Amino acid sequence: MIEHVVLRVIAKLLAPFIVLFALYVQFHGDFGPGGGFQAGVIFASAFILYALIYGVENARQIAPPAVAQAAIGLGVLIYAGTGVASMLLGGKYLDYSLLAHDAGHGQHYGILIVEFGVGVTVAAVMITVFFTFAGRRGVLEAREDVATTEDDEDR
Amino acid sequence: MITATNLALLAFLAVLAWAIARIRNLFVVTMLAGIYSLLTATVFVLLDAVDVAFTEAAVGAGITTVLFLSALLLTDREAKPRKNRLASLGPMVLVVLLGAALVYTTLDPRMPHYGDAKAPAHGRLAPEFLADTVKQVGADKPTATHIPNVVTTTLASYRGFDTLGEVVVIFTAGVGVLILLGGNATRRRRRNPAPREESSGAGSSGKGAGA
Repeated sequence: MIEHVVLRVIAKLLAPFIVLFALYVQFHGDFGPGGGFQAGVIFASAFILYALIYGVENARQIAPPAVAQAAIGLGVLIYAGTGVASMLLGGKYLDYSLLAHDAGHGQHYGILIVEFGVGVTVAAVMITVFFTFAGRRGVLEAREDVATTEDDEDR
Repeated sequence: MITATNLALLAFLAVLAWAIARIRNLFVVTMLAGIYSLLTATVFVLLDAVDVAFTEAAVGAGITTVLFLSALLLTDREAKPRKNRLASLGPMVLVVLLGAALVYTTLDPRMPHYGDAKAPAHGRLAPEFLADTVKQVGADKPTATHIPNVVTTTLASYRGFDTLGEVVVIFTAGVGVLILLGGNATRRRRRNPAPREESSGAGSSGKGAGA
């Protein structure tokens, strides 16, 4: 779809705003609707939009698969690590009250950190799943090529 | 007014569901499924479940449609016609009976009405969560650290362990897709095969991914 000028320009214009909106949803989830799950999906949709218009290869250069795959685990680690941190501070697992000088701030920080972990994992999984599906087409075509060359060798 | 809007939305949903079940062009079905999700999100807004509506709009109408489309690239555009039309009659009867049973149970006078404050679900835990969100989560300085969105505090604090489980489910789904469809197949083939095959494979895979 790279030949459509309108799509190209609009996609490039929209992408930063989509990312900005994702960050707003992520870090404003304690005051309005939203949170890590929605923010992660919106964040990923900016990259998927870019990949749809400019091709998966270009999108892979912006979001390298290795980074995205590492981020899948990183988000879970942030979440679970917050629980471990509260245990090390002498509380129960995922009891955020001890993360700051008073319980209210502790809860607030804990919720923000944990939601950030959720957002990282969701965004990374969505990007990775899309890249894997989109890259699969190339794999299939390559396999057909290999199959035909093998047929040639048999003859 | 709300009732009329609800009825109209539910009628749309029923028509869409019927169309999705009937149409064989998978591209059209994917698009209709996206519209179905968007309408469901509207229903959730009318039910005052804004967080759920947000998720449904982002995940159901957005990402799921794109993932279905990318899966469509790997398969046919059209579903195969059913060989035996009578074979789908059994499931149809089952679904209609189940739906009728569900509607029948809502007519039971002992079932609480929608929004009934005395419903069992609102009797326990929910009032405590609502009262404690400000007191406990906001501690002694409610204006400074008060978290107005009860959904967020319930999700991330009261049910933090539950949400951790959900994140692990998403993690597992991502890892599962990577293991099943991931880049390993490409890498293995690029490492092993003869040079001629390798060059043809790499060239066409780049072309295919860019298309």
